Amino acid sequence: MSGAVSSYGTRHLQALFGAAGRLVRSPLATFLTLIVIGVALALPTGLAIVVNNLRVATGDLSNAVDFTVHFKIGTPIERVQQIAKGARERTGVESVTVTTADQALEEFKQASGFGDALAALKDNPLPHHLTVKPSPNASGPSEVESLRRYFTAFPEVEIVQLDLDWVRRLHSLLDVLRRSLWVVIAVLGLGVLAVIGNTIRLEIQQRRPEIEVTKLVGGSNAFVRRPFLYTGLFYGLGGALFAALIVLGGLAYLDEAIRNLAAQYGGGFRLVGLDARGLGLLTGVGAVLGWFGALISTGRHLRRIEPRA
Amino acid sequence: MISFDNVAKRYPNGREALAGVTFTIQPGEFVFLTGRSGAGKSSVLKLIALLERPTRGTVTVGGQDTARLRAGKIPAYRRAIGVVFQDHKLLLDRPIYDNVALPLVVAGTPLKEVDRRVRAALDQVGLLGRERSSPTELSVGEQQRVGIARAVISKPQLLIADEPTGNLDPGLSVEIMRVFKRFQEVGVTVVIASHDPHIVEQFGQREIVLDAGRLADDRLHASAASRMTAHAPRLADLPNIDLRT
Repeated sequence: MSGAVSSYGTRHLQALFGAAGRLVRSPLATFLTLIVIGVALALPTGLAIVVNNLRVATGDLSNAVDFTVHFKIGTPIERVQQIAKGARERTGVESVTVTTADQALEEFKQASGFGDALAALKDNPLPHHLTVKPSPNASGPSEVESLRRYFTAFPEVEIVQLDLDWVRRLHSLLDVLRRSLWVVIAVLGLGVLAVIGNTIRLEIQQRRPEIEVTKLVGGSNAFVRRPFLYTGLFYGLGGALFAALIVLGGLAYLDEAIRNLAAQYGGGFRLVGLDARGLGLLTGVGAVLGWFGALISTGRHLRRIEPRA
Repeated sequence: MISFDNVAKRYPNGREALAGVTFTIQPGEFVFLTGRSGAGKSSVLKLIALLERPTRGTVTVGGQDTARLRAGKIPAYRRAIGVVFQDHKLLLDRPIYDNVALPLVVAGTPLKEVDRRVRAALDQVGLLGRERSSPTELSVGEQQRVGIARAVISKPQLLIADEPTGNLDPGLSVEIMRVFKRFQEVGVTVVIASHDPHIVEQFGQREIVLDAGRLADDRLHASAASRMTAHAPRLADLPNIDLRT
């Protein structure tokens, strides 16, 4: 049993090193193919990084759906605290912050610059209020609307201040970006499959005599297919590494310019690049696309080659 | 045992290569298929090697009806047959070692065993020491011997050859046929398609004659057989390859 496993492993290693050797022996053709695959993989990777950086640059976009619950003047702070406690226990609520009327007035005095004028007021005109932050997975328009209805139902609540249109626009924008990313991934993924499939097809044609002889002496389709699958895998992996180089090079080039731009707006924004997880995902996707492209191509073309006497 | 029962073969271009051929070859026989060009010799070998399927009739090899063999079983079937071609079908970009080792490699034989048997097979055909040479560095006769080594390395029970001496001079042809004869003497069934009457006369024991896709004659060469036996090497003289194990 262990001998059979060892033999099976040896055959795989032979196919793997054979495929690697063939790629190394044609460096120019291999390099050009890797560039094409690398560019095709670099585009969606770059777009994903752009989307990620947009999220970071605009702050946590989930903040954009925070809303304020204003209470009627004269509502006891204990009742406000009670409502806040109940809200915190609801799913879809990340945090609820209570701001008393006195705190609100103090903040307004400092922020508005009308401190002296406000000191002349006999009573505090500001109400207690809550700042509610929905959890990120419940910040869609319908979930936020549901929360708004929850607070509006309390008779002590004067108004729930929420710009739902902005939430809807924000989610529409994110949806467009996300969908665009998937479209780009799908189109360029198909492109990578086509490039690898076509490269493998050409190699199959080039090695037709060898395939015929191999089948003639009893080589199965699986045996004949194996080195081509490894070739596809290497193309996918190599292309992904090329894509990573392209993206990292681009980020390095843009980094300083973007830091300068951010500094002019008083921010300390820095580009978020390709981390280890992203690199792992990119190479994994590249490897799967390479393997799958080769599998499609060999499945289509190898069956047509039968030995001739 | 090989059995052809009323076998016909018509190719897609309409040419009828075989038209109702019936014969049986017993295990361990040495048989020549003869006839003029286009008589159907190669078609018989292709049907045995499952490179073609019969249009009509039944081809049975080792008790297996080849028409009923599923596609997934064909590689294992082919591994049990040694095939030698007139044009050798060697991989010219690979050394002789790799060419001869190919049937064992596709069968998943352990590398040590591959190495041992490649050397034994090359020794058998007189090419030991040329493992690293390219087939292009060899003469036509030597290339044919590489093809034979590749065909026998899997220790097949059946060895078929299509005009194996077609491009060789008479001396080399005799040398190649002696190699085949040695395998028959250790129990391998050998079927050779040839149009060379001298070779058939000198080595043939049984001759199946085809003419325009039909069986024209099936005869024994008794005198040639006895002469061959007299010249054949004794089993003990064979090189160190045991084809039966």
